[in-house]
Amino acid sequence: MNPYLAGVLLGLVLLLTIYITGRGLGASGGVKSVVLEMVSDIAPEHTANTAYLNNYEATHPGGPLKDWLFFEIVGVLIGAFLSGVISNRMGLKLERGPKITNRTRIIAAIAGGFLFGLGSQLGRGCTSGSALSGMAVMSFGGIITMLAIFGSGYIFAYFFRKLWL
Amino acid sequence: MGPLVPYIISNEFNLVIALLAGIGFGFVLEQAGFSSTKKLAGLFYGYDFTVLKVFFSAGVTAMIGVLLFGHWGILDLSLIYVNPTFLWSALVGGAIMGLGFIIGGFCPGTSICAAAIGKLDGVAFVLGSALGILAFAESYPFWEDIFLAENWGRVLVNEQLGMSKPVFAALLTAIAIFAFYATHLIENKVTKRQTELTKSKRKNYTIAGAVAFVLIALVAFSPSKEAIIESRISSTKRHQEYPFKEVTSDQLAFEIAHNFHQINVIDVRSPEAFENYHLPLAINIPLEEIDDRKWEKIFKQKIKTNYFYADHDSIAKKAYLLSNYAGKSTNYLLKDSSSDFRNLYSNVTPPIANASKEAVNTYHYRQKLATDLEKLVEAMSNLNKPVPVKTAPAKGGC
Repeated sequence: MNPYLAGVLLGLVLLLTIYITGRGLGASGGVKSVVLEMVSDIAPEHTANTAYLNNYEATHPGGPLKDWLFFEIVGVLIGAFLSGVISNRMGLKLERGPKITNRTRIIAAIAGGFLFGLGSQLGRGCTSGSALSGMAVMSFGGIITMLAIFGSGYIFAYFFRKLWL
Repeated sequence: MGPLVPYIISNEFNLVIALLAGIGFGFVLEQAGFSSTKKLAGLFYGYDFTVLKVFFSAGVTAMIGVLLFGHWGILDLSLIYVNPTFLWSALVGGAIMGLGFIIGGFCPGTSICAAAIGKLDGVAFVLGSALGILAFAESYPFWEDIFLAENWGRVLVNEQLGMSKPVFAALLTAIAIFAFYATHLIENKVTKRQTELTKSKRKNYTIAGAVAFVLIALVAFSPSKEAIIESRISSTKRHQEYPFKEVTSDQLAFEIAHNFHQINVIDVRSPEAFENYHLPLAINIPLEEIDDRKWEKIFKQKIKTNYFYADHDSIAKKAYLLSNYAGKSTNYLLKDSSSDFRNLYSNVTPPIANASKEAVNTYHYRQKLATDLEKLVEAMSNLNKPVPVKTAPAKGGC
């Protein structure tokens, strides 16, 4: 699909979401609600003793099944799956740079995910929830988060070029 | 008026909306090619700028849309979620995310798309991000200082830069278009290809850019819905010529005493003035609050008749016009001011000894109404207040 057309469509999805619900899209928050619910199911005592987990549980009663972002993430899975089926892109695959092994790629993906997950919690939102949705509502915080993400990406790109080029 | 949640769409149904919004989001992200990590990494090495093109055009589209909706009065911008600004956590968190982006080759949303079509690295990234979130939750005390530092609250970027919203929108759109052109050149250079835009594409892009600027200009130069209503309800000409349905104090007192369950008596003065004196059974809705959503039920109904009064003619007339414009109820205007009403009904003065029969009759009429009203107020004391619906801004973010 033409990238600009895709962008305008994505913008309209975001606009409609803001019009209906008053909030933007997100991603990491949905993962968060699942992870923290698992923690509180496996180790309820630990959750009760940890201020952060306790606070999250108090502010998000009902767990993922009452969480807006969780349902949105389920939707993302469905939507991406449908798109993959339509465009014939389904299949178990692993994409990597030409100079690294599959093993390195998986480790890098886990490590990158770890950092992104951690950073999204510190920065109160990821590229979707903070940067994109923040831009739509002209949030100063959202826009500086976006600049920080892409700025730091460009700074570190040189050091990790072996992963990709 | 939006947002539709929670007034028109309930909080429970909102979860269904979330699913639908997610389907749209995931579908478009995947169609744009964001499920491929090579495309995402291309942004940082200059061989493929799809991410920038999609991201920027999405942001600009949504931003202009939100501006327009606010301008036309179909979306209440004071209620939508604006990500709060915490300067240090945004910068440090963003820097960590950027590092994660270049190592992992995804961001959380795109990794979910990739996982959905079977990319194993996408699955690995999702697992990694779950671990990262857990790590943050466990090590929160370590981050707490940065996390909470420099809380600026709900700051808008245009305020921060000292410009109006349309000016910032125009600036960002211009930056986006410049970036699209510049990245096109860089792409050509890095990939050593010469892809020229076809004539029809060039035409379409020009039209799209022009539409964006026209919409921004519309917001900047045409009067907003709010301004149109304001000018309509406060024009003196309208105040003189409009066929207001007016009642006298005596008529209103009779209505209150006999038909109180069919009418709303609305005091549009300030709460202080209301506290000082108000008509029996009156409720206080200051003029500025009339379009507030918590009063919607009073103006958007056809069962009860609304009676407006104030001390100044013009305030009551404004309220009457505003209600006529935005609501559905039948409206009346009290010709007299609240102090006139008070003089007539708070202490009814007996007529002089040899007064005319008419004056004596009026006295008895008012005397009886005054006692009726007193009894009614006592009986009703708290029953007649509307139940306020709490309006809270939406919550969002990741």
